[in-house]
Amino acid sequence: MSRLPVAKTYKLFIGGAFPRSESGRVYDVATPTGEFIANASKASRKDARDAVVAARAAVAKWSGATANNRGQVLYRIAEMLEGRTAQFIDEIQKSTGASAKDASAEVHAAIDLLVWYAGWTDKYAQVVGGANPVAGPFFNLSVPEPTGVVAVVAPQTGPTSLLGLVATVAPALVTGNTVVVIASESSPCAAMSFAEVVATSDVPGGVVNILTGSPTEMTPWLASHQDINAIDLTGADSELALACERDAAETLKRVVRPGQFSATLGSIDRIGAFVETKTVWHTKSLS
Amino acid sequence: MSNSESDIARRAARLYYDENKTQDEIGEMLDITRWKVGRLLALAREVGIVSISITDSATPSERSSSGIIPTDRSRAQGVTDTQSLRSFLRRLPAVDAIGLEARAATLATRSIKTESKRAALDTIIRLVDLTTLEGADTPGKVKSLVAKALVPDASDPTTPRVAAVCVYPDMVAHAVAALGPNRGDGESGIAVASVATAFPSGRSTIDVKLADTRFAVDKGATEIDMVIDRGAFLSGDLETVFNQIVLVREACVRADGSHAHLKVILETGELRTYDNIKRASWLAILAGADFIKTSTGKVQPAATLPTTVLMLEVVRDWFHLTGERIGVKPAGGIRQSKDAIRYLVAVAEVAGEEWLTPHLFRFGASSLLNDVLLQRQKMTTGRYSGPDYVTVD
Repeated sequence: MSRLPVAKTYKLFIGGAFPRSESGRVYDVATPTGEFIANASKASRKDARDAVVAARAAVAKWSGATANNRGQVLYRIAEMLEGRTAQFIDEIQKSTGASAKDASAEVHAAIDLLVWYAGWTDKYAQVVGGANPVAGPFFNLSVPEPTGVVAVVAPQTGPTSLLGLVATVAPALVTGNTVVVIASESSPCAAMSFAEVVATSDVPGGVVNILTGSPTEMTPWLASHQDINAIDLTGADSELALACERDAAETLKRVVRPGQFSATLGSIDRIGAFVETKTVWHTKSLS
Repeated sequence: MSNSESDIARRAARLYYDENKTQDEIGEMLDITRWKVGRLLALAREVGIVSISITDSATPSERSSSGIIPTDRSRAQGVTDTQSLRSFLRRLPAVDAIGLEARAATLATRSIKTESKRAALDTIIRLVDLTTLEGADTPGKVKSLVAKALVPDASDPTTPRVAAVCVYPDMVAHAVAALGPNRGDGESGIAVASVATAFPSGRSTIDVKLADTRFAVDKGATEIDMVIDRGAFLSGDLETVFNQIVLVREACVRADGSHAHLKVILETGELRTYDNIKRASWLAILAGADFIKTSTGKVQPAATLPTTVLMLEVVRDWFHLTGERIGVKPAGGIRQSKDAIRYLVAVAEVAGEEWLTPHLFRFGASSLLNDVLLQRQKMTTGRYSGPDYVTVD
């Protein structure tokens, strides 16, 4: 008996839920040879706005969690991803045309990267923070703190529909930031399946928000948004990145430029792009 | 006290105590208002024209145990005793719940164009009763609430002021002091509204409720938000509900004869059915409400669009019947500009645009104002704003 295949409509991931775009728009996702794979939601600026509200609401809980707990949760994402390796390999192959070997390598690299960043959660403060030497009976301590809500334009090209997303999102999560990320427009399937992984990995709702659609349409709204603390423009083309950096300056956002960090490798400096250093003085004793 | 006043007080006292006339009847006979009669009688006792010796104090609760106290409004509708009140409310057509909800849903889909949205946001601000009703309220918090009422958005001086601040009775004096010369009636200046009558449950004796009300009025409240006795209403004791509103309204009268505006909170979330809400609305209007208000904000569900549409229909019907306009105040649960705009649409389409003034429509809200300000900033600057750019309440 023949059967009609059920084509998936990928939704957005906002505040721990999977809503359609408020605009009602969808777009076709196709293989490099033009064959239809699935429908994906085309997010609007209002979806981006809603995602920022969700991300802002999640900052207190995520940044207030212990570093150990954040590490456990990031490791949990890696675990869940491992269990669904086959699905991701299939999705990456279909949407990017990668070979089975390359797709498999990409998924494994993404999992390893998550484990690597998970390990940094309770060690990062030791590396970049510490006691400063002062000439007086005081402790002078510097500690890195999360900056808040981070907007990310994930890499749009190359074999990076999953790895590029993980490489840009994970470092922001390490110190307790929450993220609104615009996934790869042309191959969003792996990104939205990653959302399903995140949703089942004890990540509090709103900590990771994933939008699919046009970065050219949404990024300027995020760059000028007054309730975002940092923007990672890794996946933006140079013209868009320049305009967005100019807008971001209006509200003193931290900006990561395209090419500033590798789109696939882990980097401790990338964690540092989304922290603020707090320095406190404290008397050595009360006597 | 002038001679003529003591004469008239003496006549009123004789009619009231010797001939058992009601205050209303005396008012008609002497061509003065019922409130004036009440004050004259009080005066008569004060200066010794009348001396009463009683073994049991005659409390308002006793006064209300013998049928309803008719008001001018109720008498005009033929409601003079408990029986006629009961049959008046029973004769009201039943509410078509499905139709009402469908109507509210249709009103919620009206598209608002950008240029109208700006006007709508400003109108919302003008209609807000900025509220703080927490156990943790302090004089400092009331002071900052008033500051926000006066200057909602310091970054934009064109932002209008809100209609009123709404506080607990013991905070009224602080609000009045903080407002100073800016106090008014909602349009001329910012009104001071106070909840009273054992808010939010209303579970206390009528004497306590009246004392609560008088206290707030004495301290300078220009509006009183009272709660009805929902327990009495649900158990069919309409008399108690009616009389308490009448008595609280009397307690709103100030020494100079003017009176604080009375908003009657129905607590629609506890009345269960639309029919009950409709009857309670009519009852409150007959008993003398200046405003009917949906909820205390302490009970879920609080204000909903269908409930508000229903209450707007009641005040519209009352206007057609008598030519008198009664206000409506949805309160609780309206947190976003988008929702508030839907209420504006409902007001304009159900009651009429003339209701969109602080005298006839209010939002009881605390967090709504910040959202409206964020939307307003978005329209001014063209970029999304955030909570860092409005006050922390």
